[in-house]
Amino acid sequence: MSEKKETAISTGLLIDEKADRSIAGKIAYVWRLLWRDKAGLLGLIMFLSVVFAAVFSPWITPHDPMQQNIEASKQAPVWGEEGTAEHILGTDSLGRDVLSRIIYGSRVSITVGFLGVMMAFTLGMIIGLISGYKGGRTDNIIMTLVNMILSLPYLVFVVFVAAILGNSLLNVILIFGFTDIPIFVRVTRGEVLRLREEGFIEAAKSIGQTTPKIIFHHIMPNLLGPLITLATFEMSAMIFYEAGLGFLGLSVPPTIPSWGNMLAMGRQYLTVYPWMSVYPGLAIVFTGFGMNLFGDWLRDAMDPRMRRKKK
Amino acid sequence: MLRYLISRILYSIALLVGVLFIVFILLHLTGDPVSLMVSRQASPEEIESLRQELGFNRPLLVQFADFVKGALQGDFGNSFRYRQPAMDLVLQRIPATIELATVALIMAIIMGVTMGILGGSNPNTIWDSLARGLGLLGQTIPTFWLGLILILVFALQLGWFPTYGRETFQILGVHLPDKSIILPAFALSLFTTGQLVRFTRSAVMEVMNEDYVTTARSKGLKKMRIYTKYVLKNAAIPLISIIGVQFSYLLSGSIYIETIFSWPGLGNLLAEAVGTRDFFLVQATAFFTSFVVIGLHLLTDFIYVLVDPRIRYK
Amino acid sequence: MSTILSVQNLKTRFTTFDGTVYAVNGVDFDLKQGETLAVVGESGSGKSVTMLSLLGLLPAESAAVSGEAYLQLESIEANLLGISKEQLNRIRGKHISIVFQDALRSLNPVMTVGEQISESLITHMGYNKKNARSRAVELLEDVGISYPEKRYYSYPHQFSGGMRQRAMIAIAIACEPEILIADEPTTALDVTIQTQIVDLTRRLQDKMGMTVIWITHDLGVVAGIADRVMVMYAGMPIEKAPVDELYENPQHPYTEGLLGAIPEIGETEQNRLISIGGAPPDLFAAPKHCQFAWRCPYVFDRCWREIPPYFEVGDGHFSKCFYDMNTQQARGEE
Repeated sequence: MSEKKETAISTGLLIDEKADRSIAGKIAYVWRLLWRDKAGLLGLIMFLSVVFAAVFSPWITPHDPMQQNIEASKQAPVWGEEGTAEHILGTDSLGRDVLSRIIYGSRVSITVGFLGVMMAFTLGMIIGLISGYKGGRTDNIIMTLVNMILSLPYLVFVVFVAAILGNSLLNVILIFGFTDIPIFVRVTRGEVLRLREEGFIEAAKSIGQTTPKIIFHHIMPNLLGPLITLATFEMSAMIFYEAGLGFLGLSVPPTIPSWGNMLAMGRQYLTVYPWMSVYPGLAIVFTGFGMNLFGDWLRDAMDPRMRRKKK
Repeated sequence: MLRYLISRILYSIALLVGVLFIVFILLHLTGDPVSLMVSRQASPEEIESLRQELGFNRPLLVQFADFVKGALQGDFGNSFRYRQPAMDLVLQRIPATIELATVALIMAIIMGVTMGILGGSNPNTIWDSLARGLGLLGQTIPTFWLGLILILVFALQLGWFPTYGRETFQILGVHLPDKSIILPAFALSLFTTGQLVRFTRSAVMEVMNEDYVTTARSKGLKKMRIYTKYVLKNAAIPLISIIGVQFSYLLSGSIYIETIFSWPGLGNLLAEAVGTRDFFLVQATAFFTSFVVIGLHLLTDFIYVLVDPRIRYK
Repeated sequence: MSTILSVQNLKTRFTTFDGTVYAVNGVDFDLKQGETLAVVGESGSGKSVTMLSLLGLLPAESAAVSGEAYLQLESIEANLLGISKEQLNRIRGKHISIVFQDALRSLNPVMTVGEQISESLITHMGYNKKNARSRAVELLEDVGISYPEKRYYSYPHQFSGGMRQRAMIAIAIACEPEILIADEPTTALDVTIQTQIVDLTRRLQDKMGMTVIWITHDLGVVAGIADRVMVMYAGMPIEKAPVDELYENPQHPYTEGLLGAIPEIGETEQNRLISIGGAPPDLFAAPKHCQFAWRCPYVFDRCWREIPPYFEVGDGHFSKCFYDMNTQQARGEE
């Protein structure tokens, strides 16, 4: 044993001999936690597979998702009537392969989710930092605004704005990115206030640390945990909302394959050709399920209190 | 307590003014509201005359003042499509949505709160797993997709329910929905059920770890009594706020559900209005739904005050 | 005086995410009728956990309690650690009551204070609602709460800290228990109120003939109320003695350290506060040797090899230490 460890043990300070503070040690710790909770691992795998599908779509789709083929239209999946292995999940009313469109649809979902969250995360964190750190009137004004926005019926306004701005990927990203800012503000501010209450900020100021240093060194590391967890859940929510908007015809233009668009189109044929709606929906469920499992694990892993409870 | 209530009322009013502003400004977001509302083939002269007729050529502030004046009288302009005052149309559709949302909420409370209590008070048992599973389900199944699946299975395959529309039966001259409400309400309720399960479960778990529960046990009180008077009573208080928040989600979800099930409510109206670019109607619907949500939040605040002695006696 | 409670080899382990916590590692003591036993120790010494273990108040999923605790009262005899939940419920609140430290968190916020007293009376003594209410009002008056009829309908948050603690006491003594356990009831209060609460407890004890176990880390309080003292460290009692004996002739190095750490009024510059070096013990392993060894100024090799047994160093005075404070030498091997 190293001399340091011996002293630590003899003074009763070292509780966990396995504690390893290096980066590699931390990653190993996280991996062990993940492995212990298989659900979180499953969630991560599910999520990554969707990302994989989004990134590598052109290479893994059996057909061109845009290619119309009237003769092959409205074909059932391979296990249905007159289904073929050519189109495993069948085709839509214009003869486009459902499976390929689902795979391509993941691109829209992941892009919207990722960029939307990035935007809300960044702006929300900045505003939250200002609000929590400065306190006083600034804080009051910001929080009143935040609470007001959060109390309104979300989808109603999203639909309104989407209708005004028109169908485009950029619009969708902007809408979700913007409307999700309040949640990130609230959580960030909450963390800043908690740190303030625990005396970190006061202590740092008293030894003369400058504001930027305090923020980067002390506050941000504590923020990352809760914010990343929140980002996971919000990304999942955005993917759902994008699909919902698509269902109402307000998301990306109908030519671009998106899960919501597919549901919108498939709806008319629900009674006769249900596969056009069912499978895109399953893709959404799959994504959401994975992200939620992972998010739950993330939340438990980040929360020091939870870790001490019996598993 | 009175001060709290008054401040909440003032807050709600301020919020409503804010909503009016947002609803107004959104229409002008692209700078030219008229172009949003006309068909592609309209000629420049037609557009210009429409602009004059609707007063969109006036300064923004003047327009807003007029808008507010009209809003206070319930006048949100006329729907293009229906050629009727927008707010009238909105008011016509309310009952159907209220029915739907209420039934959905009741379903969610019965399923969600019950499972939450069972799960929270029996940690690490099958009930706990079921509760968590239900929470996950509510979170991961998109409302619109669920509606489609329910129709597919229960209406088309099994034929137990109608595939669309709101059918009613009469009692004492009042029209009440029959089983046609079951599928749409259930689809609408699942998300809220998930929220309620999660919240109730964690609230119960938290309360069970509170010191006063230990005190109750140290007094040798019967389990049932501790359960009702100590655990549930305390967990119920924050639950009221959570239920209040659900109205927002229910109204949002109704946009999908009413569209899918052709349910003649506000959600359906909004989806249609957006589809036909009938923006005055969109404004009216958006404002009114906000009004309802804000009103319900205020109601929740009132109930909260009555129920929590820590606020009631300050 | 007869023994009304005999605790033998009480051990409590908690299963946690980070490992097993050995909170209580073999507690033995006898409680004599009418006495006040003070249980002293720092945070983590296991004093509260011991009492919670006796009354079955620890979460069943994570806590494992072993040992025996023989209760011998006029009306009931039982091994607290061996009986069923239902039987335990008849003892809790009726024969043994506990007053907790943080009254604000230990009282039900949505129930009136009066009702929290009444329910004990209704549950254990067969009172009906009306009678329970009037008795509760009497009890509120007994503990020194003014306007008891009005205060019956108040909620805990409407009381001041001292009043809340009195209310907790009223709840605890409602059924006239033979044993009252006070778990640091004055720690969160300021000194003047502390004295009041201590006096109140003494008065009630005399009036009702209760036996009191008083848990504290404050040696000043101990001097004021205790007949006997049990000093705990790392989940074990390391010294047991009558109160005067303990103060005049501490035998265990830890006790000596504790007493040396009390500031006294009138101390000259020569006498400084001696603090005990080192850190509290790690409770994640079952003890195999004396747990005070790391911090003990008199430690020698035997201390690291075995857990010391109790050595009788005086009349009713026991020290769990291999070092003989009187002769300043290691005790001979047996």
